[in-house]
Amino acid sequence: MEAKNLTTKERLQIPPVAMPEQDPRERVRNVSEVPIGYDAAMALTESQRCLQCKNAPCVKGCPVEIDIPAFIKAIVEGKYRDSINKIKETNILPAVCGRVCPQEEQCQKGCVVGKAHKDVDKAVQIGKLERFAADWEMERGEAEVPVIKASTGKRVAVVGSGPAGLTVAADVRREGHEVTVFEALHRPGGVLIYGIPEFRLPKRIVMREVRNLERMGVTVRTNYVVGKTATIDELFDEGFDAVFVATGAGLPLFMRIPGENLNGVYSANEYLTRANLMAAYSFPESDTPIARARNVAVFGGGNVAMDAARTALRLGAENVYLIYRRSKAEMPARVEEVHHAEQEGVQMMLLQNPIRLIGDDDGWVREVECIKMELGEPDASGRRRPVPIEGSEFRVAIDACIVAIGNASNPLVPATTPDIAVNKWGNIVADEETLKTSKKGVYAGGDIVLGAATVILAMGQGRKAAHAINEFLASGAW
Amino acid sequence: MNKILEKEFITPFVFRMKVEAPEIARKRKAGQFIILRTCDAGERIPLTIADGNADEGWIELVVQVVGKTTKQLSALGPGQEICDLAGPLGKPTHIEFFGTVVIVGGGIGIAPSHPIAQAMKRAGNRVISILGGRTKDLVIMEEKMRATSDRVVVTTDDGSYGIKGLVTDAIQKLVDEGEKINLVVAIGPPIMMKFVSLLTKKFDIPTLVSLNTIMVDGTGMCGACRVTVGDQTKFVCVDGPEFDGHKVDFDEMMKRLRAYESDEKTSRERYEQGCCGKHR
Ligand SMILES: Cc1cc2nc3c(=O)[nH]c(=O)nc-3n(C[C@H](O)[C@H](O)[C@H](O)COP(=O)(O)OP(=O)(O)OC[C@H]3O[C@@H](n4cnc5c(N)ncnc54)[C@H](O)[C@@H]3O)c2cc1C
Ligand SMILES: Cc1cc2nc3c(=O)[nH]c(=O)nc-3n(C[C@H](O)[C@H](O)[C@H](O)COP(=O)(O)OP(=O)(O)OC[C@H]3O[C@@H](n4cnc5c(N)ncnc54)[C@H](O)[C@@H]3O)c2cc1C
Ligand code: SF4
Ligand code: SF4
Ligand code: FES
Repeated sequence: MEAKNLTTKERLQIPPVAMPEQDPRERVRNVSEVPIGYDAAMALTESQRCLQCKNAPCVKGCPVEIDIPAFIKAIVEGKYRDSINKIKETNILPAVCGRVCPQEEQCQKGCVVGKAHKDVDKAVQIGKLERFAADWEMERGEAEVPVIKASTGKRVAVVGSGPAGLTVAADVRREGHEVTVFEALHRPGGVLIYGIPEFRLPKRIVMREVRNLERMGVTVRTNYVVGKTATIDELFDEGFDAVFVATGAGLPLFMRIPGENLNGVYSANEYLTRANLMAAYSFPESDTPIARARNVAVFGGGNVAMDAARTALRLGAENVYLIYRRSKAEMPARVEEVHHAEQEGVQMMLLQNPIRLIGDDDGWVREVECIKMELGEPDASGRRRPVPIEGSEFRVAIDACIVAIGNASNPLVPATTPDIAVNKWGNIVADEETLKTSKKGVYAGGDIVLGAATVILAMGQGRKAAHAINEFLASGAW
Repeated sequence: MNKILEKEFITPFVFRMKVEAPEIARKRKAGQFIILRTCDAGERIPLTIADGNADEGWIELVVQVVGKTTKQLSALGPGQEICDLAGPLGKPTHIEFFGTVVIVGGGIGIAPSHPIAQAMKRAGNRVISILGGRTKDLVIMEEKMRATSDRVVVTTDDGSYGIKGLVTDAIQKLVDEGEKINLVVAIGPPIMMKFVSLLTKKFDIPTLVSLNTIMVDGTGMCGACRVTVGDQTKFVCVDGPEFDGHKVDFDEMMKRLRAYESDEKTSRERYEQGCCGKHR
């Protein structure tokens, strides 16, 4: 297809280009990535759907304000290097965001093309194009190392190596400051490594980004639990000039129903950590075991629940029931993820709620008792409140279940640094623009501030914090 | 990567290992533990810090060989390295002057009770240590424990050394002798901690136990280590490892410890046959 000279009308007539995917029957038997990616012809067609709007509402929907029309234009022109460089001006993890951003809620939500079709699904597929540009660069080997300014002699400690921490590390390092990232686990990447499964986000992508940071001169110290190995005050004593706390929302919530400590009952964090970080899917090649269950129940309706359910299928489960107390319309998970899960055979049990887990004499979970629900009046969140239907209890036979009802914030750092203020949910209180905490020299961002949020919001906060840290280090003014 | 400085078997299945870990050595307090991995395909396992020296920058672990990871660790020696080591984790033991503190160490549990005995002694307590083992060879670290205790009682199940009987018999005897005990700290197999707790409850003696649940991250992120204490669920790695023994649901904990029995057997057998998992 020729690139130029299409009229708006012609552009609007091009249907969105679907991304090829592994066949559902095939992919539940492997852990490889589900969507395969655009080829150059697909990318060209999709990029030509963009109208290059002057006031580009898409950009305002992106938390890091990528110059979306510009990077798409470069794809139209076949200038892929320019395209990826444009993206990287504001987003250091495009291969990640292109895959996991909830685009329909962000950049694609305001897209004029989607609006013209009165259907957000018909918006320009910005995320898929972003992934295309990022993958193009990746296939060409190592990325270019950005210019690092002359050393300032100042030192910054970044606590946690999730997307917020990695963003700050890059942006602060570029100014010539020395950066050390401290990570509690044995591999850096945060949720991108231990939580989001390989079939949605290949780990090599995250590892490559960490390697790039190291090539920029950032030091990454794994197995270092801040608050335990050293407190924040001790980091200052060691000579750090500023600290960015990005420890995430890693505290699993349970349902508080009887039987929750039976064997075979996992938090989604544990289940996904065993499967991803510890590679339990390749047990006994790797040492960490995980229950190989035939009938698995997952409680919850968010992205994490979908990831857990789809992981259970790949670990060989015959039946995976996703038990959610509201209806499909209220599910917080991305539509695409719900669709993928259904395609793969996850059985949705909607308007049902687990009330009790029943075990055998050895302490293994054997059944879940549920109650049916109906939707009542809207609650504080604006969603209709689910109400149990009395007498509708029933049981389902299971041999494992995964609780995926959310995470609270990780209390380790605040607990050991009492002068960092937290709110009633335990999230660190940080200034919206500068991400300053109540403690001098300490900034915080990502899920530890926002509560369980998204990759790109964590990165957006990281950018703002890095900017403020760079100013603080230059001026010394708090 | 942490370098191994020394290794020595102290019984046929228990070895002590000195590891270079300056940051942990500086921070560690009695009652805390580390998590390590022996190789890149390896599991994360918790081990108590049995001793350490901040000036020389090392910590000591005392480990019982029970399965794949502890066996692989036991095969490493001075000059070799431990792939991953993180800590110190968990809350330190609450140390203060209580009066008379009875430290009960069962088998491998004697090792982690040593730093606690030391700290309790330093806080001015009268320390009575009860060391229990199935047989004479399994009573480890007796000299070290004597050096930090006012009184030491040894029990063996088979009577090959000390009093014939269980550690609970020794506690009973102390009570019968009229000892006024202000606190019991019990560390050892879950079944031992359970029966110590049942006994001390009868006498209303406050009792701390150090739990050894299965762990993954050790930072409060996964919930694998959860136990029921009173009517609450607690995470051993961050809320513990020490809890009020009178409130712990030991039966539930023991069932949870057996969750992966058959997988652990598979791992051990594979390792013994020479496949140690792939090194990435
Ligand atoms: C299963 C799952 C699926 C998800 N899917 C999506 C998705 O599709 N799209 C999306 O946008 N978002 C998704 N999210 C949310 C997203 O991953 C998070 O919002 C994001 O990772 C938050 O980034 P962060 O940098 O704040 O923290 P995290 O990614 O949580 O990283 C925090 C890091 O800090 C480390 N740490 C914690 N305490 C300490 C300490 N004391 N010392 C040193 N290190 C410490 C942790 O080990 C961790 O590595 C998902 C989350 C989960 C759990
Ligand atoms: C806080 C704490 C401190 C400990 N301190 C010591 C110590 O100082 N010395 C010592 O010898 N042992 C200690 N342990 C026990 C030690 O962690 C286990 O013996 C070890 O994990 C066994 O691993 P393996 O691969 O050799 O055996 P496996 O064959 O995997 O397991 C043998 C048994 O160990 C337990 N276990 C298995 N995996 C884990 C795991 N990931 N985490 C915890 N337990 C597990 C199970 O009950 C299992 O039945 C401690 C445990 C905890 C929780
Ligand atoms: S980073 Fe996310 S929100 Fe921003 S343009 Fe890319 S996909 Fe859209
Ligand atoms: S709103 Fe849509 S059509 Fe307009 S510039 Fe952005 S992506 Fe292109
Ligand atoms: S080991 Fe994961 S929360 Fe305790």
